[in-house]
Amino acid sequence: MSWHQTPIALMAKALAAKEVSSMELTQYFLSRIEAEKRWNAYLDVNAHLSLEQANKADALIAAGKGTRLTGIPVAHKDVFVTRGWKSTAASKILENYQSPFDATVVANLGMPSEENPHGAGMVCLGKTNMDEFAMGSSNENSAFGPVLNPWNRQYVSGGSSGGSAAAVAAGLAPIATGSDTGGSIRQPSAFCGITGIKPSYGRVSRYGMIAYASSLDQAGPMGKTAEDCALLLTAMSSHDPRDSTSLADSGEDYSRFLNKPWQDSSTNAAKPLEGLRVGLPKEFFAEGLAQDVANAVNAAAKALADLGATLVEVSLPKTKLSIPVYYVLAPAEASSNLSRFDGVRYGHRANEYKDLGDMYQKSRTEGFGAEVRRRILIGTYVLCHGYYDAYYLQAQKIRRIIAADFQAAFNQCDVILGPVAPDVAWRLGEKSKDPVQMYLEDIYTLSTNLAGLPAMSVPCGFNANDLPIGMQLIGNYFSEARLLQVAHQYQQASDWHLRQASEVA
Amino acid sequence: MQWEVVIGLETHAQLQTQSKIFSGASTRFGAQPNTQACAVDLALPGVLPVLNRQAVEHAIRFGLAVGAKISPASIFARKNYFYPDLPKGYQISQFEIPVVVGGQLEILVGDEVKVVELTRAHMEEDAGKSVHEEGFTGPHGEASSGIDLNRAGTPLLEIVTEPVMRSAAEAVAYAKALHGLVVWLGVCDGNMQEGSFRCDANVSVRPKGQVEFGTRCEIKNLNSFRFLEEAIQYEVRRQIELIEDGGTVVQETRLYDPDKQETRSMRSKEDANDYRYFPDPDLLPVAIDQAWIADVRSQMPALPAQLREQWQIDFGLSAYDAQLLTQDRDTAKLFETLLTLVDKSLAKAAANLITGEFASALNRAGMATADAPLKAEHLAAILARIADGTISNKIAKDIFAILWEDAVAGKPLSSVDEIIEAKGLKQISDSGALEAMIDQVLVANQKSVEEFRSGKEKAFNALVGQIMKASQGKANPGQVNELLRKKLS
Repeated sequence: MSWHQTPIALMAKALAAKEVSSMELTQYFLSRIEAEKRWNAYLDVNAHLSLEQANKADALIAAGKGTRLTGIPVAHKDVFVTRGWKSTAASKILENYQSPFDATVVANLGMPSEENPHGAGMVCLGKTNMDEFAMGSSNENSAFGPVLNPWNRQYVSGGSSGGSAAAVAAGLAPIATGSDTGGSIRQPSAFCGITGIKPSYGRVSRYGMIAYASSLDQAGPMGKTAEDCALLLTAMSSHDPRDSTSLADSGEDYSRFLNKPWQDSSTNAAKPLEGLRVGLPKEFFAEGLAQDVANAVNAAAKALADLGATLVEVSLPKTKLSIPVYYVLAPAEASSNLSRFDGVRYGHRANEYKDLGDMYQKSRTEGFGAEVRRRILIGTYVLCHGYYDAYYLQAQKIRRIIAADFQAAFNQCDVILGPVAPDVAWRLGEKSKDPVQMYLEDIYTLSTNLAGLPAMSVPCGFNANDLPIGMQLIGNYFSEARLLQVAHQYQQASDWHLRQASEVA
Repeated sequence: MQWEVVIGLETHAQLQTQSKIFSGASTRFGAQPNTQACAVDLALPGVLPVLNRQAVEHAIRFGLAVGAKISPASIFARKNYFYPDLPKGYQISQFEIPVVVGGQLEILVGDEVKVVELTRAHMEEDAGKSVHEEGFTGPHGEASSGIDLNRAGTPLLEIVTEPVMRSAAEAVAYAKALHGLVVWLGVCDGNMQEGSFRCDANVSVRPKGQVEFGTRCEIKNLNSFRFLEEAIQYEVRRQIELIEDGGTVVQETRLYDPDKQETRSMRSKEDANDYRYFPDPDLLPVAIDQAWIADVRSQMPALPAQLREQWQIDFGLSAYDAQLLTQDRDTAKLFETLLTLVDKSLAKAAANLITGEFASALNRAGMATADAPLKAEHLAAILARIADGTISNKIAKDIFAILWEDAVAGKPLSSVDEIIEAKGLKQISDSGALEAMIDQVLVANQKSVEEFRSGKEKAFNALVGQIMKASQGKANPGQVNELLRKKLS
């Protein structure tokens, strides 16, 4: 097995056993990144900085001061600000922007130092492409070009964390960080055949994550396996005094249940998921779901049942409303969050302008892409005096109902299973002309962000065109370790996640 | 026509904290531009606000002092507008649910006590400031204004009154009382030159007897009591003249120009921004429970209104004296300390000394009570000698002046007794000595004696004056009176 096909759980063992050094691993991935630029997965790479970190990591390992992730390379979605690498959120308005500080996620995973004593010691490979300001479902909204799908370069990678998904799928990073506001970790994970988890809102600090919609944004890991995601999430998450919405530190090891049966008392090794109730929301299997996807998810449900789980039908009646609710709330917050990009202190400023108003208008029109401008306009509109009650306030009320629906469902089941998206990846450009068509693709992922629940994407098959299909597992608040356990048990009994992207060398 | 003036004030009091309301940067005034602005204040990509607990405690303290309701869960909202000195493109403020609701403040207008109803007080962050000077250039070499973000994120408490004031004098009395209170509470340093306390005045006029309010204008950023008074006076005249000339007042924001002593239009209602307020998703509701309120209450100083009432009852002070003594906490503290050093029966004399000689010396020196070179023990020593009859009130003033000047000049201070001794200022209460003095004066002023005997009471006072003069002020005035009467009868 080559290093780019190796899960980080095994990489960690090899590093610990001194079978490989961090320098060698880092060099290996940097060479692959250089050779495989065609996917457009990375926006900024700095070999010198990466190797410097690898060197430090090797010293830490040699001194016996490493964590279990020290020396393993990781790629960061360009939504996280980093010292050293440019931080652009894939926007022209931040082209060449250099952050004077690291996002908390980057620091948590990065090199330990006096100011960052608990850094996990992972090596940053660079910054991955994304939809501009995380707005998009295909990665076609990047100011620096779309990311291509490693399974078929005619197809989109999904978005907004498309660069991270493609980097992992194409073996350009062993694991990556992503962010998920309405499905941005799960959907590209599904489209690229990898595993990703969006944790409960507040698990991972948002400090240093360029904000799209603050009440929905949540960072998470994207990797080859559920086990890898568990390892990365454990290192990523922390209470952060700089983020008022960050949860108290649970000190959890998210991999603690991976190799345990669902019930402690269970003795049947063939049925590790005995006692687990899997809820299948009927609204997730209704009209609009591609047959191939329905078949694959149903097969996955059966596989879970074979492992001992019980399947129950549940209902999430407001599923359809999650689209209008999300596309009111997220743009509302975005319109305000993106006001700071005004050309005054940093970022793009128009070359010529008449006066202050003209400077704002030109700088922002030139700096933002079409989809970002569209969402700023929508958000500005719904917050306007006279429309606020009808849109923003109404959406907040329905948001609470959506969250309550999930709680009702969780009375009947422990995890919810459904598709991540109505279909597999689409062809580049296929949906670009009709933004609403693209918004509808988010139907199964938006509601968990609105409710703040953890949810993950796990590879569960391929369609007729050999494009990957992902199933979605949704858990109740703070049940990440349990979700990862179910996914891991499934991955012990399946090999979808081990398939290599067909177009990758 | 008789006009009635209607005024409501919105006051921005800078909350006295070490660091900013949502960041760890210092709030110290006067630093080099942009040296006290961290990543959060600059609104760099990825930063988030974290609420300063001290700012909330100050807000609670203020709320308790004005008898307001403290909201158990107030909400920070974003007020969205573009301006170069507003780094995030929105100001974090409180909108629908402020931290302090209602409350009232007593003010003294002339001799009349009036109660000003407060609407609310809410926490918010200040903006930075634009610096319009030559020499700044933008990224493309274009001439630009400078931006100083040191002030951005400074915690403010915006205190809003109901439209209950009816004259510029009332507005000033309220502003002064509010200023006194926030400084008293230690929630604001009250420094108006540095912008720590500034008022916006909403002014309208209506025919006397009319129930509906007239159209109001808001005069922004008045940072002295004098400007507040002048601006309102000008604005009232302007509005009345406008209406009497057949015009109508347009709702707008106006600025006061102190040089020209006039207000002028800044922007009309039509130009007003739609601020698109919505709850800030980066901040949780400000949860304030009873325990926190009790804790803040337990650390609060006695309030000026309480002290005034208590002192008037306990010591028979006048409302005016009580007001003067509670103008600031240091003065009140001085009075209280003084009363621990002298007998309570001297309370009135103590009040007189502080509001009289002491206050005028401070005034002349442009000094605050806390910086005065003379402390309670010095005043106590003077009072003690008045009380035991060693010196008269007049001599007491002289001694105070001597001590003050020495203290200001940095000389080592003599004790009151040493000064009395050295300068021979001891009051003459020896009857023999006094009688001799009186006899001399009577001989030298036969005319006055005759006038008195012919019924002119005034002549008696003239004689007392002569005797006091002869004694260089040291004669015990009570005794002089008594002895003189005897001699003339």
